[in-house]
Amino acid sequence: MIETVVSVGLPVDENLVVKKNRLQPDTLTGQEKRICIVTGIHGDELEGQYVCYELIRRIEAQKEKLKGIVDVYPAINPLGIDSITRGIPMFDLDMNRIFPGSLTDGALSEYVAAKVVEDMDGADMAVDIHASNIYLREIPQVRVNEKTARELVPYAKLVNCDYVWVHSASTVLEATLAYSLNARGVKTLVVEMGVGMRITKEYGNQLIDGIFNLMIELGIWDSKERPAVKEPIVSTDHEVGFVNADVSGLFIPCVEHWKDIKKGALLGQIVDPLTGKVEQEVLSPMDGMVFTLREYPIVVSGSLIARVLGGKYHG
Amino acid sequence: MDKKTVYSLKSLYREDMNIYGYTFGSGEKSACIVGPIRGNEIQQLYVCSRLVRALTALEKHNAILPGKEIMVIPSVNHYSMNIGKRFWPIDNTDINRMFPGYDKGETTQRIAAGVFDVVKEYEYGIQFASFYMPGDFIPHVRMMETGYHNPSLANLFGLPYVVIRKPKPVDTTTLNYNWQIWETNAFSLYTNATDQIDEESANQAVTAVLRFLARMGLIRYNCHGGYIASVLYEQELEVIRSDAAGIYRPLKKPGDSVSFGEKIAEIIHPFEGTVQGEILASTDGVVFFSHVKPLVMENEVVFKLIRRIHI
Repeated sequence: MIETVVSVGLPVDENLVVKKNRLQPDTLTGQEKRICIVTGIHGDELEGQYVCYELIRRIEAQKEKLKGIVDVYPAINPLGIDSITRGIPMFDLDMNRIFPGSLTDGALSEYVAAKVVEDMDGADMAVDIHASNIYLREIPQVRVNEKTARELVPYAKLVNCDYVWVHSASTVLEATLAYSLNARGVKTLVVEMGVGMRITKEYGNQLIDGIFNLMIELGIWDSKERPAVKEPIVSTDHEVGFVNADVSGLFIPCVEHWKDIKKGALLGQIVDPLTGKVEQEVLSPMDGMVFTLREYPIVVSGSLIARVLGGKYHG
Repeated sequence: MDKKTVYSLKSLYREDMNIYGYTFGSGEKSACIVGPIRGNEIQQLYVCSRLVRALTALEKHNAILPGKEIMVIPSVNHYSMNIGKRFWPIDNTDINRMFPGYDKGETTQRIAAGVFDVVKEYEYGIQFASFYMPGDFIPHVRMMETGYHNPSLANLFGLPYVVIRKPKPVDTTTLNYNWQIWETNAFSLYTNATDQIDEESANQAVTAVLRFLARMGLIRYNCHGGYIASVLYEQELEVIRSDAAGIYRPLKKPGDSVSFGEKIAEIIHPFEGTVQGEILASTDGVVFFSHVKPLVMENEVVFKLIRRIHI
């Protein structure tokens, strides 16, 4: 059942419409649990589009197993997705920095944010799917704020991701959708996977298995057989090494995602196409695995090249 | 006047981006003025260039007081300005959402760190900024309510209004907020233009800064005393939203007086030319903020009024 979450008139014969698809059993008892699958806050992150499509298709194919309510929100920022724009076109602020929004005194984007939160309020669980950005590729991972780690990590382990990153709290992250929902009692997992403007079908299918596993756990999906899910590595900020460019140039990687590397190993080179010279050898800061890797080749000083997971998992 | 490079960044094919600081006088780091951090803040660039010229002239006449140093950074982000972008060219991030910065972080964090490392040393910090909601304002001084803010000092600019904003999480990474946290008395000055140059409000802004510097004992400068400002809290402004979408025809501008129930804007059907929405003043007062684009969406903030005040 397609429903409108919020609709706002645009100047010339069009509305900004955020829609959701509600999937539920034919007969309701009133006791059903509800999960929200949400994506498309950033218009250049498309990995979640495939997840929404395939999840709905699989649920519809075995509808008799559905015992709860699944609300699928594929496009929180529909104008951004349709115009290859990360933010809401014509608005300054990153949409994932304006939650819980405002129904009264903010910009229009803040109004849309408030209506989205209002619609999801009362759900038991939410999965907010992101796809990094156009610059970086990520292995499937769940990101959990340390403030909510005790409650959320057990759920994060269910969704078939390779890695759970428990990151430190910061004031600016209090304006994310996930923070707002968690503050309202909607347990919300943030999934990052793949890269902007692309679909990585393998990652999408991996996460879909995880979402079914989560729905079985919550009693939303009735199945005696659970999908085979990975046991993720769980780590904190202390075990993550950041690698940034020191110079400007063209980054040529020479490692793959999620492979063991040693401290000092070559991750790639930053080269100058005009002079034909190597400007920087980019080295790993620690023994570990690369879970974030630069996808967009042009870099300037400071551009993030890689994140490396070290720490106890290793060995 | 001394011109030095505050921060420099190399690019693959463009020339280096050098952020310059112009210093006047020497001694205590007394006041720092920062211009455009976003690429469309042309009015802010113009005002800062005017200030550099004015302070150069004052210095020649020995009007910078001994033992006081004033710095002007007339532009932080001309890489964006030169190619017509508001935010950082490569990743579209906003340098004014990156403070206090991180010198080992991403590019815009490094730029913010490089600038902040210099500007945090000053006792008074003045930023020419633009708001995240596009529109025109009455010229005013804006401060974050951090507990360190000082509205009495803001009054010394002699502008008609001082606005205090309760910070949201996203505001905690702005220059103004972090300046205050690092114990600089920080003020953001808003004139009534951004993308275009408005001579009248630019003159007002230059005079306001020089008036402030004179009152703080940093320069010798005689000018009109300006206003005794009304201090406003942003959350107390009356917000008026559009009830329709279409072509927008404002009937009032910032600074105009309005009466309760008075028509202050119309929204025209974009195809048929009929009036399909009328914006009415919901209180007696003065227009503080006004939407200026020729098109408007439904439910967009089109006016903010100062309640029950008369010009």
